[in-house]
Amino acid sequence: MSEAVGTVAASETIEEPPGRRKPQLSEGARAERRLGWMLCAPAVIVMIAVTAFPVGYAIYLSLERYNLELPKAVKFIGFSNYAAVLSSPYWWQALKVTVIITVFSVAITLVLGMILALVMHRTLFGRGTVRTAALIPYGIVTVAAAYGWQYAWTPGQGYLAAAFNNNAVLTSEVKAIAVIILAEVWKTTPFMGLLLLAGLSLVSEDLQKAAKVDGATAWQRFTKITLPLMKPAILVALLFRTLDSFRIFDNIYILTAGANGTGSVSVIGYHNLFNALNLGIGSAISILIFICVGIIAFLFIKGFGTAAPGTDIGNR
Amino acid sequence: MAAVTTTPRQKVSWGTANFVVVALALIPVLWMVSLSFKTPAAILDPSYLPKQWTWSNYSQILSTSQFIRPLVNSIGIGLISTLVAVVLASMAAYAVARLRFPGKGLLIGMALLIAVFPQIALITPMFSIERALGLFNTWAGLIIPYVAFGLPLGIYILSAFFREIPWELEKAAKMDGATPFQAFMKVIAPLAAPGMVTTAILVFLACWNDFLFAISFTSTTSSRTAPASIAYFSGSSQFTVPTGPIAAAAVVITIPIIIFVLFFQRRIVAGLTSGAVKG
Repeated sequence: MSEAVGTVAASETIEEPPGRRKPQLSEGARAERRLGWMLCAPAVIVMIAVTAFPVGYAIYLSLERYNLELPKAVKFIGFSNYAAVLSSPYWWQALKVTVIITVFSVAITLVLGMILALVMHRTLFGRGTVRTAALIPYGIVTVAAAYGWQYAWTPGQGYLAAAFNNNAVLTSEVKAIAVIILAEVWKTTPFMGLLLLAGLSLVSEDLQKAAKVDGATAWQRFTKITLPLMKPAILVALLFRTLDSFRIFDNIYILTAGANGTGSVSVIGYHNLFNALNLGIGSAISILIFICVGIIAFLFIKGFGTAAPGTDIGNR
Repeated sequence: MAAVTTTPRQKVSWGTANFVVVALALIPVLWMVSLSFKTPAAILDPSYLPKQWTWSNYSQILSTSQFIRPLVNSIGIGLISTLVAVVLASMAAYAVARLRFPGKGLLIGMALLIAVFPQIALITPMFSIERALGLFNTWAGLIIPYVAFGLPLGIYILSAFFREIPWELEKAAKMDGATPFQAFMKVIAPLAAPGMVTTAILVFLACWNDFLFAISFTSTTSSRTAPASIAYFSGSSQFTVPTGPIAAAAVVITIPIIIFVLFFQRRIVAGLTSGAVKG
Protein backbone atom coordinates (compact mmCIF):
# COMPACT_ATOMS: atom_id res chain seq x y z
CA MET A 1 0.00 0.00 0.00
CA SER A 2 2.85 2.34 0.72
CA GLU A 3 3.67 2.45 -2.98
CA ALA A 4 0.14 3.52 -3.67
CA VAL A 5 0.56 6.84 -1.97
CA GLY A 6 4.01 7.37 -3.44
CA THR A 7 4.17 10.17 -5.93
CA VAL A 8 3.05 9.66 -9.48
CA ALA A 9 6.57 10.33 -10.61
CA ALA A 10 7.69 7.25 -8.75
CA SER A 11 5.27 5.03 -10.59
CA GLU A 12 6.61 6.23 -13.90
CA THR A 13 9.75 4.28 -13.30
CA ILE A 14 7.83 1.06 -13.73
CA GLU A 15 8.15 1.39 -17.46
CA GLU A 16 11.92 1.28 -17.25
CA PRO A 17 12.84 -2.03 -15.66
CA PRO A 18 15.40 -1.49 -12.92
CA GLY A 19 18.80 -2.12 -14.43
CA ARG A 20 19.81 -4.73 -11.87
CA ARG A 21 21.49 -7.38 -13.93
CA LYS A 22 21.82 -10.63 -12.05
CA PRO A 23 23.91 -12.93 -14.17
CA GLN A 24 23.06 -15.86 -11.91
CA LEU A 25 19.41 -15.71 -13.03
CA SER A 26 18.51 -18.78 -15.01
CA GLU A 27 17.31 -18.52 -18.57
CA GLY A 28 13.80 -19.48 -17.47
CA ALA A 29 13.66 -16.84 -14.73
CA ARG A 30 14.80 -14.19 -17.14
CA ALA A 31 12.22 -15.24 -19.71
CA GLU A 32 9.59 -15.09 -16.97
CA ARG A 33 10.70 -11.58 -16.07
CA ARG A 34 10.59 -10.41 -19.64
CA LEU A 35 7.14 -11.94 -20.16
CA GLY A 36 5.94 -10.26 -16.95
CA TRP A 37 7.06 -6.87 -18.14
CA MET A 38 5.70 -7.42 -21.62
CA LEU A 39 2.29 -8.43 -20.32
CA CYS A 40 2.12 -5.44 -17.98
CA ALA A 41 3.50 -2.88 -20.40
CA PRO A 42 0.32 -2.06 -22.37
CA ALA A 43 -1.71 -1.53 -19.20
CA VAL A 44 1.04 0.53 -17.61
CA ILE A 45 1.47 2.69 -20.71
CA VAL A 46 -2.25 3.46 -20.92
CA MET A 47 -2.49 4.23 -17.20
CA ILE A 48 0.52 6.55 -17.35
CA ALA A 49 -0.65 8.23 -20.53
CA VAL A 50 -4.01 9.06 -18.98
CA THR A 51 -2.98 9.93 -15.43
CA ALA A 52 0.68 10.60 -14.72
CA PHE A 53 1.34 12.42 -17.95
CA PRO A 54 -1.65 14.80 -17.72
CA VAL A 55 -0.87 15.47 -14.05
CA GLY A 56 2.68 16.38 -15.01
CA TYR A 57 1.34 18.58 -17.79
CA ALA A 58 -1.12 20.16 -15.32
CA ILE A 59 1.75 21.08 -13.01
CA TYR A 60 3.39 22.85 -15.94
CA LEU A 61 0.14 24.55 -17.04
CA SER A 62 -0.58 25.66 -13.48
CA LEU A 63 2.55 27.80 -13.52
CA GLU A 64 1.43 29.70 -16.59
CA ARG A 65 -1.05 32.43 -17.30
CA TYR A 66 -3.08 30.58 -19.91
CA ASN A 67 -6.56 31.69 -20.86
CA LEU A 68 -8.06 30.16 -24.01
CA GLU A 69 -9.73 33.47 -24.76
CA LEU A 70 -6.36 35.24 -24.72
CA PRO A 71 -4.04 32.76 -26.46
CA LYS A 72 -1.40 35.46 -27.10
CA ALA A 73 -1.01 36.29 -23.42
CA VAL A 74 0.43 32.92 -22.36
CA LYS A 75 3.24 33.58 -19.92
CA PHE A 76 5.13 31.85 -17.12
CA ILE A 77 3.93 33.34 -13.86
CA GLY A 78 5.20 30.95 -11.17
CA PHE A 79 2.82 30.28 -8.32
CA SER A 80 0.42 33.16 -9.00
CA ASN A 81 -2.37 30.79 -10.07
CA TYR A 82 -2.10 28.95 -6.77
CA ALA A 83 -2.13 32.24 -4.90
CA ALA A 84 -5.22 33.28 -6.85
CA VAL A 85 -7.06 30.02 -6.07
CA LEU A 86 -6.01 29.85 -2.42
CA SER A 87 -7.02 33.45 -1.79
CA SER A 88 -10.40 32.96 -3.46
CA PRO A 89 -13.44 32.44 -1.23
CA TYR A 90 -14.93 30.17 -3.95
CA TRP A 91 -12.19 27.59 -3.45
CA TRP A 92 -12.57 27.52 0.33
CA GLN A 93 -16.37 27.38 0.10
CA ALA A 94 -16.11 24.48 -2.37
CA LEU A 95 -13.59 22.68 -0.18
CA LYS A 96 -15.83 23.16 2.87
CA VAL A 97 -18.86 21.82 0.98
CA THR A 98 -16.88 18.86 -0.33
CA VAL A 99 -15.58 17.98 3.12
CA ILE A 100 -19.05 18.30 4.69
CA ILE A 101 -20.62 16.12 2.00
CA THR A 102 -17.82 13.57 2.27
CA VAL A 103 -17.90 13.32 6.07
CA PHE A 104 -21.69 13.11 6.39
CA SER A 105 -22.34 10.86 3.42
CA VAL A 106 -19.56 8.43 4.35
CA ALA A 107 -20.61 8.32 8.02
CA ILE A 108 -24.28 7.78 7.19
CA THR A 109 -23.43 5.27 4.47
CA LEU A 110 -21.26 3.32 6.91
CA VAL A 111 -24.07 3.03 9.47
CA LEU A 112 -26.78 2.25 6.90
CA GLY A 113 -24.44 -0.05 4.99
CA MET A 114 -23.75 -1.98 8.20
CA ILE A 115 -27.48 -2.28 8.88
CA LEU A 116 -28.04 -3.40 5.29
CA ALA A 117 -25.24 -5.95 5.59
CA LEU A 118 -26.71 -7.29 8.83
CA VAL A 119 -30.15 -7.55 7.26
CA MET A 120 -28.74 -9.34 4.21
CA HIS A 121 -26.69 -11.65 6.45
CA ARG A 122 -29.21 -12.47 9.17
CA THR A 123 -32.64 -12.11 7.72
CA LEU A 124 -34.67 -15.29 8.05
CA PHE A 125 -36.26 -15.20 4.61
CA GLY A 126 -36.22 -13.24 1.38
CA ARG A 127 -32.45 -12.80 1.42
CA GLY A 128 -32.26 -12.94 -2.37
CA THR A 129 -34.99 -10.35 -2.77
CA VAL A 130 -33.25 -7.94 -0.40
CA ARG A 131 -29.93 -8.30 -2.20
CA THR A 132 -31.58 -7.86 -5.57
CA ALA A 133 -33.35 -4.70 -4.43
CA ALA A 134 -30.16 -3.33 -2.89
CA LEU A 135 -28.33 -3.71 -6.19
CA ILE A 136 -30.76 -1.38 -7.96
CA PRO A 137 -29.34 1.89 -6.58
CA TYR A 138 -25.86 0.55 -7.27
CA GLY A 139 -26.65 -0.16 -10.92
CA ILE A 140 -28.61 2.97 -11.70
CA VAL A 141 -26.92 5.74 -13.68
CA THR A 142 -26.08 8.52 -11.20
CA VAL A 143 -27.30 11.24 -13.55
CA ALA A 144 -30.65 9.51 -14.02
CA ALA A 145 -31.11 9.09 -10.27
CA ALA A 146 -30.10 12.73 -9.71
CA TYR A 147 -32.84 13.94 -12.06
CA GLY A 148 -35.31 11.82 -10.11
CA TRP A 149 -34.26 13.50 -6.86
CA GLN A 150 -34.33 16.94 -8.45
CA TYR A 151 -37.92 16.55 -9.67
CA ALA A 152 -38.96 14.92 -6.43
CA TRP A 153 -37.82 18.04 -4.55
CA THR A 154 -39.19 20.61 -7.03
CA PRO A 155 -42.09 22.49 -5.38
CA GLY A 156 -45.44 21.82 -7.02
CA GLN A 157 -44.03 18.91 -8.95
CA GLY A 158 -42.42 16.38 -6.66
CA TYR A 159 -43.80 13.99 -4.09
CA LEU A 160 -41.06 14.77 -1.59
CA ALA A 161 -41.52 18.53 -1.93
CA ALA A 162 -45.25 18.02 -1.45
CA ALA A 163 -44.56 16.03 1.70
CA PHE A 164 -42.35 18.85 3.04
CA ASN A 165 -44.66 21.87 2.54
CA ASN A 166 -43.35 22.66 -0.95
CA ASN A 167 -40.20 24.28 0.35
CA ALA A 168 -37.78 25.09 -2.47
CA VAL A 169 -35.07 23.07 -0.74
CA LEU A 170 -32.65 23.11 -3.65
CA THR A 171 -32.32 26.88 -3.51
CA SER A 172 -31.11 27.00 0.08
CA GLU A 173 -27.51 26.12 0.75
CA VAL A 174 -27.91 23.93 3.81
CA LYS A 175 -31.02 22.11 2.61
CA ALA A 176 -29.60 21.60 -0.87
CA ILE A 177 -26.48 20.05 0.63
CA ALA A 178 -28.70 17.77 2.72
CA VAL A 179 -30.51 16.66 -0.47
CA ILE A 180 -27.17 16.06 -2.20
CA ILE A 181 -26.03 13.94 0.76
CA LEU A 182 -29.32 12.01 0.62
CA ALA A 183 -28.80 11.28 -3.09
CA GLU A 184 -25.20 10.16 -2.43
CA VAL A 185 -26.20 7.96 0.48
CA TRP A 186 -29.01 6.31 -1.48
CA LYS A 187 -26.73 5.52 -4.39
CA THR A 188 -23.70 4.27 -2.45
CA THR A 189 -25.14 2.42 0.56
CA PRO A 190 -25.56 -0.85 -1.41
CA PHE A 191 -21.88 -0.85 -2.36
CA MET A 192 -20.91 -0.30 1.27
CA GLY A 193 -23.40 -2.97 2.36
CA LEU A 194 -22.00 -5.54 -0.05
CA LEU A 195 -18.40 -4.94 1.00
CA LEU A 196 -19.37 -5.16 4.67
CA LEU A 197 -21.42 -8.28 4.00
CA ALA A 198 -18.30 -9.91 2.62
CA GLY A 199 -16.47 -9.01 5.84
CA LEU A 200 -19.40 -10.13 7.95
CA SER A 201 -19.42 -13.59 6.41
CA LEU A 202 -15.88 -14.10 7.73
CA VAL A 203 -16.94 -13.64 11.36
CA SER A 204 -17.19 -17.07 12.91
CA GLU A 205 -20.60 -18.19 14.13
CA ASP A 206 -19.03 -20.35 16.84
CA LEU A 207 -17.50 -17.30 18.45
CA GLN A 208 -20.89 -15.62 18.44
CA LYS A 209 -22.55 -18.66 19.97
CA ALA A 210 -19.87 -18.99 22.63
CA ALA A 211 -20.35 -15.34 23.60
CA LYS A 212 -24.10 -15.87 23.68
CA VAL A 213 -23.70 -18.80 26.03
CA ASP A 214 -21.50 -16.63 28.23
CA GLY A 215 -24.37 -14.17 28.45
CA ALA A 216 -23.27 -11.41 26.06
CA THR A 217 -26.11 -9.30 24.73
CA ALA A 218 -26.64 -8.86 21.00
CA TRP A 219 -25.15 -5.36 21.19
CA GLN A 220 -22.08 -6.60 23.13
CA ARG A 221 -21.55 -9.37 20.60
CA PHE A 222 -21.75 -6.84 17.78
CA THR A 223 -19.32 -4.32 19.29
CA LYS A 224 -16.90 -6.77 20.93
CA ILE A 225 -16.76 -9.55 18.33
CA THR A 226 -18.24 -8.58 14.99
CA LEU A 227 -16.82 -5.08 14.65
CA PRO A 228 -13.20 -5.86 15.62
CA LEU A 229 -13.12 -8.87 13.31
CA MET A 230 -14.56 -6.81 10.49
CA LYS A 231 -12.05 -4.00 10.86
CA PRO A 232 -10.11 -4.77 7.65
CA ALA A 233 -13.28 -4.93 5.54
CA ILE A 234 -14.57 -1.71 7.12
CA LEU A 235 -11.30 0.12 6.44
CA VAL A 236 -11.20 -0.90 2.78
CA ALA A 237 -14.79 0.17 2.31
CA LEU A 238 -14.23 3.46 4.15
CA LEU A 239 -11.11 4.36 2.21
CA PHE A 240 -12.76 3.81 -1.14
CA ARG A 241 -16.00 5.50 -0.19
CA THR A 242 -14.17 8.54 1.22
CA LEU A 243 -11.99 9.08 -1.82
CA ASP A 244 -14.94 8.42 -4.11
CA SER A 245 -17.15 10.83 -2.24
CA PHE A 246 -14.48 13.53 -2.31
CA ARG A 247 -14.72 13.53 -6.12
CA ILE A 248 -18.50 14.09 -6.06
CA PHE A 249 -19.64 15.74 -9.29
CA ASP A 250 -22.65 14.18 -11.06
CA ASN A 251 -25.20 14.62 -8.28
CA ILE A 252 -24.29 18.27 -7.64
CA TYR A 253 -24.11 19.13 -11.33
CA ILE A 254 -27.66 17.90 -11.89
CA LEU A 255 -29.25 18.89 -8.57
CA THR A 256 -27.96 22.46 -8.16
CA ALA A 257 -25.18 22.97 -10.74
CA GLY A 258 -23.23 24.36 -7.81
CA ALA A 259 -25.56 27.33 -7.28
CA ASN A 260 -25.94 28.98 -3.86
CA GLY A 261 -22.57 27.85 -2.62
CA THR A 262 -23.23 24.12 -3.11
CA GLY A 263 -20.42 23.48 -5.59
CA SER A 264 -17.83 20.83 -4.69
CA VAL A 265 -14.19 21.21 -5.69
CA SER A 266 -14.90 19.08 -8.76
CA VAL A 267 -17.80 21.32 -9.77
CA ILE A 268 -15.79 24.54 -9.52
CA GLY A 269 -12.93 22.87 -11.40
CA TYR A 270 -15.34 22.04 -14.19
CA HIS A 271 -16.98 25.47 -14.23
CA ASN A 272 -13.61 27.18 -14.28
CA LEU A 273 -12.55 25.26 -17.37
CA PHE A 274 -15.73 25.57 -19.41
CA ASN A 275 -17.03 28.94 -18.29
CA ALA A 276 -13.82 30.85 -17.64
CA LEU A 277 -11.68 28.85 -20.13
CA ASN A 278 -8.71 29.44 -17.87
CA LEU A 279 -6.30 26.52 -18.22
CA GLY A 280 -3.79 27.97 -15.77
CA ILE A 281 -6.24 28.40 -12.89
CA GLY A 282 -7.99 25.14 -13.78
CA SER A 283 -4.71 23.25 -13.60
CA ALA A 284 -3.87 24.82 -10.25
CA ILE A 285 -7.27 23.61 -8.96
CA SER A 286 -6.52 20.14 -10.38
CA ILE A 287 -3.21 19.94 -8.56
CA LEU A 288 -4.73 21.18 -5.29
CA ILE A 289 -7.47 18.52 -5.50
CA PHE A 290 -4.84 15.93 -6.24
CA ILE A 291 -2.91 17.01 -3.14
CA CYS A 292 -6.09 16.82 -1.01
CA VAL A 293 -6.75 13.24 -2.17
CA GLY A 294 -3.15 12.36 -1.43
CA ILE A 295 -3.53 13.76 2.10
CA ILE A 296 -6.73 11.78 2.71
CA ALA A 297 -5.12 8.54 1.50
CA PHE A 298 -2.03 9.25 3.61
CA LEU A 299 -4.09 9.89 6.76
CA PHE A 300 -6.06 6.68 6.25
CA ILE A 301 -2.95 4.61 5.82
CA LYS A 302 -1.15 6.31 8.72
CA GLY A 303 -4.17 5.94 10.95
CA PHE A 304 -4.82 2.33 10.14
CA GLY A 305 -1.30 1.07 9.72
CA THR A 306 -0.96 -2.52 8.72
CA ALA A 307 -4.70 -3.02 8.38
CA ALA A 308 -4.59 -0.97 5.20
CA PRO A 309 -5.28 -2.88 2.02
CA GLY A 310 -2.39 -4.27 0.07
CA THR A 311 -3.56 -6.30 -2.85
CA ASP A 312 -7.16 -6.23 -1.76
CA ILE A 313 -9.50 -3.68 -3.17
CA GLY A 314 -13.13 -3.18 -3.88
CA ASN A 315 -13.97 -0.78 -6.62
CA ARG A 316 -15.24 2.67 -7.09
CA MET B 1 -26.57 -19.96 11.39
CA ALA B 2 -29.73 -21.97 11.39
CA ALA B 3 -32.07 -20.27 13.78
CA VAL B 4 -33.17 -23.05 16.03
CA THR B 5 -36.48 -21.54 16.88
CA THR B 6 -38.20 -18.86 14.89
CA THR B 7 -40.71 -16.96 16.87
CA PRO B 8 -43.50 -15.18 15.01
CA ARG B 9 -42.16 -11.94 16.46
CA GLN B 10 -38.77 -12.51 14.82
CA LYS B 11 -40.51 -13.23 11.55
CA VAL B 12 -42.40 -9.97 11.72
CA SER B 13 -39.37 -7.89 12.60
CA TRP B 14 -37.19 -9.37 9.84
CA GLY B 15 -40.09 -9.05 7.43
CA THR B 16 -40.35 -5.37 8.30
CA ALA B 17 -36.60 -4.87 7.88
CA ASN B 18 -36.68 -6.57 4.47
CA PHE B 19 -39.65 -4.50 3.40
CA VAL B 20 -37.97 -1.22 4.42
CA VAL B 21 -34.82 -2.06 2.44
CA VAL B 22 -36.78 -2.99 -0.68
CA ALA B 23 -39.03 0.08 -0.43
CA LEU B 24 -36.12 2.49 0.04
CA ALA B 25 -34.37 1.03 -2.98
CA LEU B 26 -37.42 1.12 -5.22
CA ILE B 27 -39.33 4.31 -4.38
CA PRO B 28 -36.96 6.78 -6.12
CA VAL B 29 -36.71 4.54 -9.19
CA LEU B 30 -40.45 4.04 -9.54
CA TRP B 31 -40.94 7.79 -9.17
CA MET B 32 -38.81 8.33 -12.24
CA VAL B 33 -40.75 5.70 -14.16
CA SER B 34 -44.02 7.31 -13.09
CA LEU B 35 -42.79 10.75 -14.16
CA SER B 36 -41.89 9.43 -17.60
CA PHE B 37 -45.49 8.31 -18.16
CA LYS B 38 -47.09 11.59 -17.11
CA THR B 39 -48.64 13.85 -19.71
CA PRO B 40 -47.02 17.30 -20.12
CA ALA B 41 -50.01 18.87 -18.41
CA ALA B 42 -49.76 16.50 -15.45
CA ILE B 43 -46.02 16.98 -14.91
CA LEU B 44 -46.81 19.73 -12.44
CA ASP B 45 -48.96 17.39 -10.40
CA PRO B 46 -46.97 16.14 -7.42
CA SER B 47 -48.92 12.90 -7.06
CA TYR B 48 -46.62 9.87 -7.02
CA LEU B 49 -48.47 8.00 -9.75
CA PRO B 50 -49.67 9.47 -13.06
CA LYS B 51 -53.45 9.91 -13.33
CA GLN B 52 -53.25 9.54 -17.08
CA TRP B 53 -50.62 7.32 -18.64
CA THR B 54 -48.94 8.29 -21.90
CA TRP B 55 -46.13 7.01 -24.10
CA SER B 56 -45.63 10.44 -25.68
CA ASN B 57 -42.42 11.20 -23.74
CA TYR B 58 -40.86 8.02 -25.07
CA SER B 59 -41.97 8.57 -28.66
CA GLN B 60 -40.61 12.10 -28.41
CA ILE B 61 -37.08 11.14 -27.36
CA LEU B 62 -36.87 8.03 -29.52
CA SER B 63 -37.78 10.00 -32.64
CA THR B 64 -34.90 12.45 -32.35
CA SER B 65 -31.23 11.94 -33.12
CA GLN B 66 -30.54 14.14 -30.07
CA PHE B 67 -31.01 11.01 -28.01
CA ILE B 68 -30.65 8.06 -30.41
CA ARG B 69 -27.17 9.04 -31.54
CA PRO B 70 -25.83 9.43 -27.97
CA LEU B 71 -27.39 6.07 -27.11
CA VAL B 72 -25.45 4.48 -29.97
CA ASN B 73 -22.30 6.30 -28.80
CA SER B 74 -22.79 5.04 -25.25
CA ILE B 75 -23.14 1.44 -26.38
CA GLY B 76 -20.24 1.61 -28.85
CA ILE B 77 -17.84 3.46 -26.57
CA GLY B 78 -18.79 1.26 -23.61
CA LEU B 79 -18.25 -2.00 -25.52
CA ILE B 80 -14.93 -0.99 -27.09
CA SER B 81 -13.57 0.38 -23.80
CA THR B 82 -14.66 -2.78 -21.98
CA LEU B 83 -13.06 -5.07 -24.55
CA VAL B 84 -9.74 -3.22 -24.55
CA ALA B 85 -9.66 -2.88 -20.76
CA VAL B 86 -10.41 -6.57 -20.18
CA VAL B 87 -7.73 -7.71 -22.64
CA LEU B 88 -5.03 -5.42 -21.22
CA ALA B 89 -6.05 -6.13 -17.61
CA SER B 90 -6.01 -9.90 -18.22
CA MET B 91 -2.45 -9.72 -19.48
CA ALA B 92 -1.27 -7.66 -16.53
CA ALA B 93 -3.29 -9.70 -14.00
CA TYR B 94 -1.82 -12.92 -15.34
CA ALA B 95 1.65 -11.53 -14.81
CA VAL B 96 0.74 -10.35 -11.29
CA ALA B 97 -0.81 -13.66 -10.29
CA ARG B 98 1.61 -16.07 -11.92
CA LEU B 99 4.97 -14.61 -12.76
CA ARG B 100 7.84 -13.39 -10.68
CA PHE B 101 9.26 -10.10 -11.85
CA PRO B 102 10.52 -6.92 -10.21
CA GLY B 103 8.15 -3.96 -10.28
CA LYS B 104 5.03 -5.96 -9.42
CA GLY B 105 4.44 -4.02 -6.20
CA LEU B 106 4.78 -0.81 -8.13
CA LEU B 107 2.12 -1.93 -10.60
CA ILE B 108 -0.28 -2.84 -7.79
CA GLY B 109 0.37 0.50 -6.10
CA MET B 110 -0.14 2.38 -9.34
CA ALA B 111 -3.43 0.62 -10.02
CA LEU B 112 -4.61 1.44 -6.51
CA LEU B 113 -3.63 5.07 -7.00
CA ILE B 114 -5.63 5.27 -10.22
CA ALA B 115 -8.64 3.57 -8.63
CA VAL B 116 -8.91 6.50 -6.22
CA PHE B 117 -7.67 9.16 -8.65
CA PRO B 118 -9.70 12.39 -8.68
CA GLN B 119 -10.92 12.47 -12.29
CA ILE B 120 -11.57 16.20 -12.15
CA ALA B 121 -7.81 16.74 -11.85
CA LEU B 122 -7.51 15.38 -15.39
CA ILE B 123 -10.18 17.49 -16.99
CA THR B 124 -8.13 20.61 -17.66
CA PRO B 125 -4.89 18.98 -18.90
CA MET B 126 -6.71 16.23 -20.85
CA PHE B 127 -8.96 18.82 -22.49
CA SER B 128 -5.85 20.64 -23.65
CA ILE B 129 -4.06 17.45 -24.75
CA GLU B 130 -7.09 16.05 -26.58
CA ARG B 131 -7.58 19.29 -28.49
CA ALA B 132 -3.92 19.28 -29.54
CA LEU B 133 -4.08 15.63 -30.67
CA GLY B 134 -7.45 15.94 -32.42
CA LEU B 135 -9.05 13.50 -29.96
CA PHE B 136 -11.50 16.03 -28.57
CA ASN B 137 -15.11 15.13 -29.38
CA THR B 138 -14.22 11.70 -30.79
CA TRP B 139 -14.98 8.18 -29.55
CA ALA B 140 -11.28 7.60 -28.93
CA GLY B 141 -11.20 10.68 -26.71
CA LEU B 142 -13.53 8.93 -24.29
CA ILE B 143 -12.37 5.35 -24.83
CA ILE B 144 -8.79 6.10 -23.75
CA PRO B 145 -9.66 7.50 -20.30
CA TYR B 146 -12.35 4.83 -19.79
CA VAL B 147 -9.81 2.09 -20.47
CA ALA B 148 -7.31 3.69 -18.10
CA PHE B 149 -9.86 3.86 -15.29
CA GLY B 150 -11.20 0.38 -16.02
CA LEU B 151 -7.75 -1.18 -15.81
CA PRO B 152 -7.14 -1.01 -12.03
CA LEU B 153 -10.49 -2.64 -11.32
CA GLY B 154 -9.77 -5.28 -13.95
CA ILE B 155 -6.26 -6.00 -12.69
CA TYR B 156 -7.49 -6.49 -9.10
CA ILE B 157 -10.49 -8.65 -9.89
CA LEU B 158 -8.70 -10.75 -12.48
CA SER B 159 -5.56 -11.33 -10.44
CA ALA B 160 -7.80 -12.55 -7.59
CA PHE B 161 -9.53 -14.93 -10.02
CA PHE B 162 -6.30 -16.02 -11.64
CA ARG B 163 -4.80 -17.04 -8.29
CA GLU B 164 -7.57 -19.63 -7.95
CA ILE B 165 -6.72 -21.36 -11.21
CA PRO B 166 -4.69 -24.57 -10.74
CA TRP B 167 -1.06 -24.15 -11.67
CA GLU B 168 -0.61 -27.76 -12.73
CA LEU B 169 -2.65 -27.35 -15.88
CA GLU B 170 -0.35 -24.66 -17.11
CA LYS B 171 2.70 -26.73 -16.25
CA ALA B 172 1.21 -29.68 -18.10
CA ALA B 173 0.68 -27.49 -21.14
CA LYS B 174 4.29 -26.33 -20.96
CA MET B 175 5.46 -29.95 -20.65
CA ASP B 176 3.57 -30.71 -23.82
CA GLY B 177 5.62 -28.03 -25.52
CA ALA B 178 3.48 -24.92 -25.18
CA THR B 179 5.26 -21.59 -24.77
CA PRO B 180 4.28 -19.46 -21.74
CA PHE B 181 2.19 -17.31 -24.10
CA GLN B 182 0.39 -20.34 -25.52
CA ALA B 183 -0.14 -21.64 -22.00
CA PHE B 184 -1.84 -18.33 -21.25
CA MET B 185 -4.02 -18.21 -24.34
CA LYS B 186 -5.02 -21.87 -24.58
CA VAL B 187 -5.22 -23.03 -20.98
CA ILE B 188 -5.57 -20.17 -18.56
CA ALA B 189 -7.74 -17.78 -20.56
CA PRO B 190 -10.67 -20.19 -20.95
CA LEU B 191 -10.51 -21.04 -17.23
CA ALA B 192 -10.43 -17.35 -16.43
CA ALA B 193 -13.51 -16.59 -18.51
CA PRO B 194 -15.86 -16.20 -15.52
CA GLY B 195 -13.56 -13.62 -13.97
CA MET B 196 -13.31 -11.83 -17.28
CA VAL B 197 -17.08 -11.69 -17.61
CA THR B 198 -17.35 -10.20 -14.12
CA THR B 199 -14.69 -7.64 -14.95
CA ALA B 200 -16.35 -6.78 -18.23
CA ILE B 201 -19.67 -6.17 -16.49
CA LEU B 202 -18.18 -3.85 -13.89
CA VAL B 203 -16.07 -1.93 -16.40
CA PHE B 204 -19.03 -1.53 -18.74
CA LEU B 205 -21.19 -0.25 -15.87
CA ALA B 206 -18.54 2.33 -15.01
CA CYS B 207 -18.32 3.55 -18.63
CA TRP B 208 -22.08 3.64 -19.01
CA ASN B 209 -22.37 5.61 -15.77
CA ASP B 210 -19.68 8.19 -16.50
CA PHE B 211 -20.79 11.78 -16.75
CA LEU B 212 -17.78 14.01 -16.05
CA PHE B 213 -15.57 12.85 -18.94
CA ALA B 214 -18.58 12.59 -21.22
CA ILE B 215 -19.55 16.24 -20.82
CA SER B 216 -15.96 17.48 -20.74
CA PHE B 217 -14.43 15.79 -23.77
CA THR B 218 -17.36 16.03 -26.18
CA SER B 219 -19.12 18.97 -27.76
CA THR B 220 -21.69 17.49 -30.17
CA THR B 221 -23.91 14.42 -30.42
CA SER B 222 -21.32 12.77 -32.69
CA SER B 223 -19.56 11.44 -29.60
CA ARG B 224 -21.62 12.58 -26.61
CA THR B 225 -22.89 9.68 -24.53
CA ALA B 226 -26.46 9.20 -23.35
CA PRO B 227 -26.11 10.45 -19.75
CA ALA B 228 -24.39 13.59 -21.02
CA SER B 229 -26.99 14.16 -23.74
CA ILE B 230 -29.79 14.26 -21.17
CA ALA B 231 -28.18 17.30 -19.58
CA TYR B 232 -28.45 19.04 -22.96
CA PHE B 233 -32.13 18.28 -23.62
CA SER B 234 -34.15 21.35 -24.45
CA GLY B 235 -37.86 21.90 -24.03
CA SER B 236 -40.35 22.58 -26.79
CA SER B 237 -39.99 26.25 -25.95
CA GLN B 238 -37.37 28.18 -24.06
CA PHE B 239 -39.61 28.36 -21.01
CA THR B 240 -40.58 24.74 -20.62
CA VAL B 241 -38.32 22.37 -18.77
CA PRO B 242 -38.36 19.03 -20.62
CA THR B 243 -39.13 17.06 -17.46
CA GLY B 244 -41.12 14.29 -19.18
CA PRO B 245 -38.54 13.57 -21.90
CA ILE B 246 -35.69 13.74 -19.38
CA ALA B 247 -37.48 11.24 -17.14
CA ALA B 248 -38.17 8.98 -20.12
CA ALA B 249 -34.52 9.17 -21.24
CA ALA B 250 -33.37 8.44 -17.70
CA VAL B 251 -35.61 5.37 -17.65
CA VAL B 252 -34.34 4.24 -21.07
CA ILE B 253 -30.70 4.35 -19.96
CA THR B 254 -31.49 2.89 -16.53
CA ILE B 255 -33.86 -0.01 -17.11
CA PRO B 256 -31.57 -2.12 -19.32
CA ILE B 257 -28.79 -1.64 -16.78
CA ILE B 258 -31.03 -2.65 -13.89
CA ILE B 259 -32.11 -5.80 -15.75
CA PHE B 260 -28.47 -6.46 -16.58
CA VAL B 261 -27.40 -5.99 -12.96
CA LEU B 262 -30.14 -8.25 -11.66
CA PHE B 263 -29.36 -10.90 -14.23
CA PHE B 264 -25.65 -10.92 -13.37
CA GLN B 265 -26.04 -10.14 -9.68
CA ARG B 266 -24.05 -13.10 -8.42
CA ARG B 267 -21.10 -12.21 -10.64
CA ILE B 268 -21.26 -8.55 -9.68
CA VAL B 269 -21.31 -9.29 -5.96
CA ALA B 270 -18.45 -11.75 -6.41
CA GLY B 271 -16.46 -9.17 -8.35
CA LEU B 272 -17.08 -6.33 -5.92
CA THR B 273 -16.08 -8.39 -2.93
CA SER B 274 -13.42 -10.68 -4.40
CA GLY B 275 -10.51 -8.50 -3.38
CA ALA B 276 -11.95 -7.51 -0.03
CA VAL B 277 -12.37 -11.10 1.09
CA LYS B 278 -9.60 -13.03 -0.55
CA GLY B 279 -7.06 -10.32 0.14
